[in-house]
Amino acid sequence: MSALTNLTIAGAEKGLAAGDFSAQELTTAHIEAMEAARDLNAFITETPDIALSRAKDSDARRASGAVLGAMDGIPIAVKDLFCTDGVLTTAASHILDGFTPPYESTITQNLRDAGAVMLGKTNLDEFAMGSANVTSYYGPVKNPWTGKGGKDLVPGGSSGGSASAVAARIAPGAIGTDTGGSIRQPASFTGIVGMKPTYGRCSRWGVVAFASSLDQAGPLTRTVEDAALMLGAMSGFDAKDSTSAPMDVPDFTAGLKDGVRGLKVGIPREYTLDGMPAEIDALWAQGREWLEAQGAQCVEVSLPHTKYALPAYYIVAPAEASSNLARYDGVRYGLRVAGESLDDMYEATRGEGFGEEVRRRVLIGTYVLSAGYYDAYYIKAQRVRTLIAGDFRKAFEDVDVLLTPTAPSAAFAIGEKMDDPVAMYLNDVFTVPASMAGLPAISLPAGLDGDGLPLGLHLIAKPFDEVTLFRAAFALEDAAGFDARPGGAS
Amino acid sequence: MSYIIEGETGDWEVVIGLEVHAQITSQAKLFSGSATAFGAAPNTQVSLVDAAMPGMLPVINEYCVQQAVKTGLGLKAQINLHSVFERKNYFYADRPQGYQIAQYAEPIVGEGTVVLDMPDGSTRDIGIERLHMEQDAGKSLHDQDPKRTFIDLNRSGVALMEIVSKPDLRSPEDAGLFVRKLRAIVRYLGTCDGNMEEGSMRADVNVSVRPVGSDELRTRTETKNVNSVRFIMQVIEHEAARQVEAYESGEEIVQETRLYDAARNETRSMRSKEFAHDYRYFPDPDLLAVVLSEDEVETIRKTLPELPDETKQRFIDELGLTPYDAGVLVADKETAEFFEHAASGNDAKTAANWVTGNLFGALNTAGLAIADSPVSADALSQLLGLMADDTISGRIAKGVFEDMFETGRSAKDIVKDKGLEQITDSGEIETAVDAVITENPDQVADFQGGNEKAIGWFVGQVMKATGGKANPKLVNELLRKKLAQ
Repeated sequence: MSALTNLTIAGAEKGLAAGDFSAQELTTAHIEAMEAARDLNAFITETPDIALSRAKDSDARRASGAVLGAMDGIPIAVKDLFCTDGVLTTAASHILDGFTPPYESTITQNLRDAGAVMLGKTNLDEFAMGSANVTSYYGPVKNPWTGKGGKDLVPGGSSGGSASAVAARIAPGAIGTDTGGSIRQPASFTGIVGMKPTYGRCSRWGVVAFASSLDQAGPLTRTVEDAALMLGAMSGFDAKDSTSAPMDVPDFTAGLKDGVRGLKVGIPREYTLDGMPAEIDALWAQGREWLEAQGAQCVEVSLPHTKYALPAYYIVAPAEASSNLARYDGVRYGLRVAGESLDDMYEATRGEGFGEEVRRRVLIGTYVLSAGYYDAYYIKAQRVRTLIAGDFRKAFEDVDVLLTPTAPSAAFAIGEKMDDPVAMYLNDVFTVPASMAGLPAISLPAGLDGDGLPLGLHLIAKPFDEVTLFRAAFALEDAAGFDARPGGAS
Repeated sequence: MSYIIEGETGDWEVVIGLEVHAQITSQAKLFSGSATAFGAAPNTQVSLVDAAMPGMLPVINEYCVQQAVKTGLGLKAQINLHSVFERKNYFYADRPQGYQIAQYAEPIVGEGTVVLDMPDGSTRDIGIERLHMEQDAGKSLHDQDPKRTFIDLNRSGVALMEIVSKPDLRSPEDAGLFVRKLRAIVRYLGTCDGNMEEGSMRADVNVSVRPVGSDELRTRTETKNVNSVRFIMQVIEHEAARQVEAYESGEEIVQETRLYDAARNETRSMRSKEFAHDYRYFPDPDLLAVVLSEDEVETIRKTLPELPDETKQRFIDELGLTPYDAGVLVADKETAEFFEHAASGNDAKTAANWVTGNLFGALNTAGLAIADSPVSADALSQLLGLMADDTISGRIAKGVFEDMFETGRSAKDIVKDKGLEQITDSGEIETAVDAVITENPDQVADFQGGNEKAIGWFVGQVMKATGGKANPKLVNELLRKKLAQ
């Protein structure tokens, strides 16, 4: 570990601007960190040559005074769900064996256009389905934080590789995707910041789809400010995505440090779970006190349909996934397992190509959409979704942001909860409601549990009010003063 | 006109509904920018979206939406300001997404009407149930290799309108008239080229039968993808007869999908309801609902051209055509335009007779469409003018027309070169009349004895003597005058 890998994006940008080091030096330090931390299994594909070539271009731009912005020359890790031109893209699935897209996702293109330097493609749960990064065809990712007695822990999921890479100081920032908590929950598990913008803020074009009405790209960083900087380079209207919001991108760092005096913070009383560690409740109360101490006004609010969010999510998301994954049929790209007939080929290819969790969700999705069940499941889940959005709308008539825990537990050991999908699904219980309502939300590291593992706090804001979200998060971050580091990263 | 099947147990009638798939005329596909031209080399008009590459998203082609609305307005139908694309999920090799994006529960167009022009000149209203937009599939080519199937995705994602009739059709002829009329309407509108040979229009044919006098709707069968008017009519004849026979021998008709084998002229079962796909429709989360304003619909309404029913009424009211002639002429936009051009400055009824008679006959024999007619509307107009001003007789005109059709030369040139101008000089005709009377005393006596019909024989002789060029009216007058003396 060198000093360069400890820099935040904002810090690295300052150093680059001051000429303290070059983008190539910065990139080389991170490439070395990536190579040194291979036991985390955070990357599926490392792209050091691309990184160095882009870093060189960045240095040339800086030399000629044509710097593209805050991200120019900053090394980042890219979840392997984003299609990248000429670079293997797997979604951590066997079924995409050898798939190298001839196109670049809008988000990664935006980051390239902003001068960011891609270090590699990070590991994830297969097709982003999972909360522990244990369903990847390329093996589980390790959390750089270790449990009691050095036990290997999950980094959370599905953006587990991205979270581990940022926590382990392999990259100052990474991009992930969040469908029900896939950025925020791993951020909480690895002690970093994870942010999901409003649905429609980031283009989905070129991102391998899991659940189209929920999927959103977002940044994973080590500070709130870095998340705001990175999101600024990622977001914007994209005519190639019909669900992209035709809105201007504000300066997400504007007013970041203005404080929370007068801000109204809602504390939803429904965000508790039986058997949740007392430490999480205590941290939540602590968060409330931190905000109040800075002049914010915290009030209890009710989001009465919260308890239906998770079951409804596990109908809507698999339903969309079952259809989105139909294109992986062995005909045009990826894995093909031969069969006697076309149907045989489909069965063999999809049976072998998809892992157990993906197959489970495709089956659930197929079931809830089938004739005779559609009204009872899918339609009802959509109604629940409307009610949840209504809960939030009503709460936001009185408050500016909501404060909740990010996840009901700290990181757990690799291998745990494997035989109980429902226990695994409960990881997303606090992150899913904001996803169902399409709201912006952020998790930031706020404390450690009794085992010394990081715990996150979660803020939710009104649609397209990321600026307020970042401002509240910055104040909380400042108060929490979280400076613990995983054992693996000194 | 009723179409009755005489069975052993009594008379049966047939109930028919059609689902017509019409390709929207548009440069680009429904959800991608790929071209739609027919006949391009395989897989040359395929975008990343059409091939369903990972992470690709559909974006609606607004022009296709406008075309669908325009068609709806042409069908005098309800335009739904809110409509939704759903996914129809099923696996097939030429369906790369694993689903078809199609409107289902909320189509863009609701109920409307198509007016059939019956052969007796009357009209009949056929209800339209709905019109929705959907993507076409690619094409599986099974005949390129003995062991493998090849896939051509050029058609994948091409915009289609599915136009569904109510079960108001009662005979193969009705169905034929319906499809032809629908084709005329979309061609007038410019929303579909109606070209059945290229697959731009094809129909699923729903058929059931019932005893005459009953108003029940019995189980129907659906024969898929029938691609000519003649085949549609044959499917109905075949299916109706098969169903009557089944009922009369105590069998039931099962709801099923059938395929038409044109080579054998028979339909075969493809799959029955119990093996039917469960398509698991749900709203496509990649797309927003299609939302239109009244203003947008009105703007499109203002672009509507005159439609066949309106043109027909104008031909009847303003040009004095019979409903039948008018119906025949407006059945095809090119024909209506050709006729109007040719009739301009001429007698409309004569023009109508020439277009539907001589011209259609010649085109038919030559296997040509009116657009390829060697005799242009201008040229026909000139020929009609030569008849109107007595330059040539109708009889001569027929020959001139044949010459025109063959050589492409103008009527005036042909008449001039061949010296076909009508003899209207009464002196010249009188000489011929005198000669015939002088040379045929017996026939003169016969006529004068009271055989009025013999006048025809005299006319014929005079025409023969003048090479057919004498003005028949003058010949008649002169003969009557001279023979009466």
